[in-house]
Amino acid sequence: MSMPFYVPPEQVMKDRADFARKGIARGRSVIVVGYDRGIAFVAENPSRALHKVSEIYDRIAFAAVGRYNEFESLRVAGIRYADLRGYSYDRTDVTARALANTYAQTLGAVFTQESKPFEIEIVVAEVGADSSTDQIFRLTYDGSVADEQGFVAMGGASDAAEERLGTGWRPGMTLGEVLRLAVDVLGAGENGERRALDEAQLEVAVLDRDRPRRSFRRVVGPLLTRLLGDQPGTTDVPAGILGTESAGAQSDSSGAGEPPEGPGPATPPA
Amino acid sequence: MTQWSTGRPRRLDDAFLTAGSSSFTEFVSAYRPELLPAGRRLPSGASIEAPHGTTIVSLLFDGGVVMAGDRRATMGNVIANRDMEKVFAADDYSVVGIAGTAGIAIELVRLYQVELEHYEKIEGAIMSLEGKANRLASMIRGNLALAMQGLTVVPTYAGFDLESATGRIYSYDVTGGCYIEGGHHSTGSGSVFARGALKKLWRPGLEEQQAVSVAIEALYDAADDDSATGGPDLGRQIWPTVAVVDHSGARFVAQDVLEEHVQVVVASRRDNPGGAR
Repeated sequence: MSMPFYVPPEQVMKDRADFARKGIARGRSVIVVGYDRGIAFVAENPSRALHKVSEIYDRIAFAAVGRYNEFESLRVAGIRYADLRGYSYDRTDVTARALANTYAQTLGAVFTQESKPFEIEIVVAEVGADSSTDQIFRLTYDGSVADEQGFVAMGGASDAAEERLGTGWRPGMTLGEVLRLAVDVLGAGENGERRALDEAQLEVAVLDRDRPRRSFRRVVGPLLTRLLGDQPGTTDVPAGILGTESAGAQSDSSGAGEPPEGPGPATPPA
Repeated sequence: MTQWSTGRPRRLDDAFLTAGSSSFTEFVSAYRPELLPAGRRLPSGASIEAPHGTTIVSLLFDGGVVMAGDRRATMGNVIANRDMEKVFAADDYSVVGIAGTAGIAIELVRLYQVELEHYEKIEGAIMSLEGKANRLASMIRGNLALAMQGLTVVPTYAGFDLESATGRIYSYDVTGGCYIEGGHHSTGSGSVFARGALKKLWRPGLEEQQAVSVAIEALYDAADDDSATGGPDLGRQIWPTVAVVDHSGARFVAQDVLEEHVQVVVASRRDNPGGAR
């Protein structure tokens, strides 16, 4: 019969943190970076279907690295949380800060109570009326929250990536500039070697400040190629109706009358 | 997430983290059923008087669908509201119009809008038009208990089907039956008169502007003979709500464009109360 050894709590926490960090460091990085008209999300992700970046609410988006099943359940929970809150209060009462707090409590509880911590790192970002009111929250496996300014890199070799972002990023860059910077940072390997990343390996999305209501939009196909290729005249996502890739393809016509209204809760009776 | 119930830390409840459902209604009915209209119970045999919204017309045109609603809500013989909106964008490619008890109907529309957006965000894809129409049917079905106590809601749903690139109209009955309509449809207390007008004025292959005119004519006829349907109010500048859905999405016709259409209809009916024919 064996007696359980006494393990000091410091050791337990450290072991759990090391375990989580190792899991996170195995994955590819995600970069979240502010630009003049919004916030951009760039992930190295060859899959078209399993997203690392997702819409949560009108002005809020989610990005994650680590184990897919773990951050996917948090993503779905975040959408449920936001939609429930928006439905029972008002759309303007859904904030990234409240969501980040809720995520932090959940991650913290899992870290201390469950048999294994989540091996994930999350960013919850909310685009504001101007870049000074943009909010980027970074949440780690143990439930700690950081309010980041301007840019975040998560995942494998995130320290080196943050350092490179810190030298290359300045406020007021255009979308094309930040995307090229992010791809450059993602492609930089250890000891100076470089990997070329093409559009097929990238998942890119933006929270577009100027879009009414739902501001999240995926950047795919020819638009992404033009933005990454620094073609003159393409520095931003064009205005158009929001939709998925298939819907977006049909949005280039300009019908008479007003621009399309978002699917908003229309005015209730006075 | 227990900030509503106990003083525990606000960790997300298991209900939030459970995998499986992409439906907001299913999630809310499991987690907070009292937030849904269907989750409420009325004392049996009771009835209350509440504002009622009335006439909605919808018709297909070449490349899309138009839906229009009058602006009046009535409570018995009293006009409860003159400028109520009864046609709403459900999502980027569809609109929903409501007739019946206004409070419940607007709540259902809000819920339906969240339902579609919720699915879109979780699944990363837009639901098929047929799927959206069926979701609305199941929500009407959930309202049956309230409907039996007089709080009925009968919507019309119209959207642009991205797969077949055509407009479609779905009508509903109070029990949640969902029927696809060819050509045109009207619902609400003035619908009998509006249907007569639509029968005479609608034909396949209308253009968008013609379809908007026909919708306004039909609503005019409904208001002419049904006291619960509001006609265009020239004094207060209140025009019907008109939504158009085509391949570029759902949009509402601007007020100044509506005013032109209404002025034409009103002028053409001077000394000719039967209107266009």
